Amino acid sequence: MDLYLPIANLSVNALVIVALGGAAGILAGIFGVGGGFLTTPLLMLYGVSPTVAAASGVMQVTGASVSGVIAHFRRGGVDVRMGGVLVCGGVVGVMAGAVLFRLLQKLGQIDILIALLYVVMLGSIGSLMARDGIRALLAEKRGAPPPPRARRHHPLVAALPLRWRFYGSGLYISPLAPLILGAAVGVLTVLLGVGGGFIMVPAMLYILGVSTRVVVGTSLYQGLFVTAIATMTHALTTHAVDIVLAGLLLIGSVVGAQIGTRIAQKLKPDHLRLFLAILVLAITVRMALGLGWRPDEIYSIQGS
Amino acid sequence: MRALALLLLAPLLLAQNRPPNQPVLVPDVSQRDIRIIYSFTGAELLLFGAILHPGGRIPDKPADIIVVLKGPTESIVVREKRKIAGIWMNAASARFRSAPGFYAVASSRPIGEIIDERTAAIYELGVGNLQLSAADAGSLAQTKRFENGLVDLRQRNGLYVEQPDAVEITDGALYRVHIAIPARVPVGDYTAETFLVQDGRVLAGAVREIAIRKSGFERFVAMAAERWSFLYGVVSIALALLLGWAAGSLFRRV
Repeated sequence: MDLYLPIANLSVNALVIVALGGAAGILAGIFGVGGGFLTTPLLMLYGVSPTVAAASGVMQVTGASVSGVIAHFRRGGVDVRMGGVLVCGGVVGVMAGAVLFRLLQKLGQIDILIALLYVVMLGSIGSLMARDGIRALLAEKRGAPPPPRARRHHPLVAALPLRWRFYGSGLYISPLAPLILGAAVGVLTVLLGVGGGFIMVPAMLYILGVSTRVVVGTSLYQGLFVTAIATMTHALTTHAVDIVLAGLLLIGSVVGAQIGTRIAQKLKPDHLRLFLAILVLAITVRMALGLGWRPDEIYSIQGS
Repeated sequence: MRALALLLLAPLLLAQNRPPNQPVLVPDVSQRDIRIIYSFTGAELLLFGAILHPGGRIPDKPADIIVVLKGPTESIVVREKRKIAGIWMNAASARFRSAPGFYAVASSRPIGEIIDERTAAIYELGVGNLQLSAADAGSLAQTKRFENGLVDLRQRNGLYVEQPDAVEITDGALYRVHIAIPARVPVGDYTAETFLVQDGRVLAGAVREIAIRKSGFERFVAMAAERWSFLYGVVSIALALLLGWAAGSLFRRV
């Protein structure tokens, strides 16, 4: 089923795009991440320009987060105060990201930066999660109870001035920490076309020490707002949001997300974490090799 | 260079005013107006026409036909990757002011056998003879390297095409050729030029214009994204929220 995309200016197989959205949605449902880190690179592999892929990717993540946010809200799994601070940081990050995007586009280094960011981010997060996952698994095999992980925030976070109480997260920390985290993820949202859940969730757990009960919900909550803002920023500056492309992705991902949620209920959390770690590391290795291998085509064209 | 080529072409295009012992080309295309709609996966264009020989006599030695279909030109930057610190990243770049977004040349025999290189360069026949107007390039060799890179890339994408032996000539008087237009062609005004060549000389030439445009919903979306970008952004976000919410509530009931 071929369909011409009005902004991307190319004809794609609509079913492939829906399936791609579906795969991202299943991941979103299982792991509580938006799945943008999967769709954006795959769209680029399919021939969509990086800018259109990133711009349409954020629109897709907006839609994919909605049902998750509603569900977590009902369960009381959203720390609105923490989420609000993260969103504020996110707005700043999105604006800065848009400026950075333009600058790098002019210099012709946007693609390499996107690839490098993916490798660094996914690599570090993947190995962190893999380490924890394997430890938990080994402890289970030995029959010993899993080592209780001390839920503590990073010493740097404690050093920041001005403290607020975040009841939902069970924290008494400086709002500057989530603000900076939100801003950093906001930059990534614009540059990479991702919701940032795959960075936000581990960062909230390992750096801020947020209670696991609200981590996923709050991360989705901030992702929803920040991707919506990023979509608007792309619409205004790059004009690269392809509503047809994002619509197709969404049809797949909203259905996939529901399937993913059901799968998640049947699997053990520790196994889930290990699966996600393996997946993330596999993507990292593929992208890292892509940076070092001689590319198939060493020339690229850009309008000016 | 381009202006010069046009100047040289001009008398040929006004073939009617030529002395009566010269042949005249009467070209046409199957579609003057190609509309891109949702189902567009590319188009097949038939370029055909008649060669009117003076007095209706077909010469013993058959003439050759070269057809060029060219899309709108644009200013582009070509970047070249180089391995820096173990990573392939963009290093040098060159700007070309008039690179056609699409270029297809079809001929009845390989171009090299029909005309000499100089004539081919004047009429921009063949992907190696495009007048790209390099702007800030360095040496000649460097410009050539970037030109080759650009041509190679576009050939791989099916945007620059050479089809030798593709033009069929029937009884020395009628010619026809199919040129495939891929789905990712740029929109804009195209020209289809036809040249009649004999003994290495261009005897006649004629031009037809073809417009490739987005139409209907595709046109509306592309225009909305450019002109009403704020509204477009609002609609995009609203659509995303609506789809996400609808699917969520639908599945809860199931």
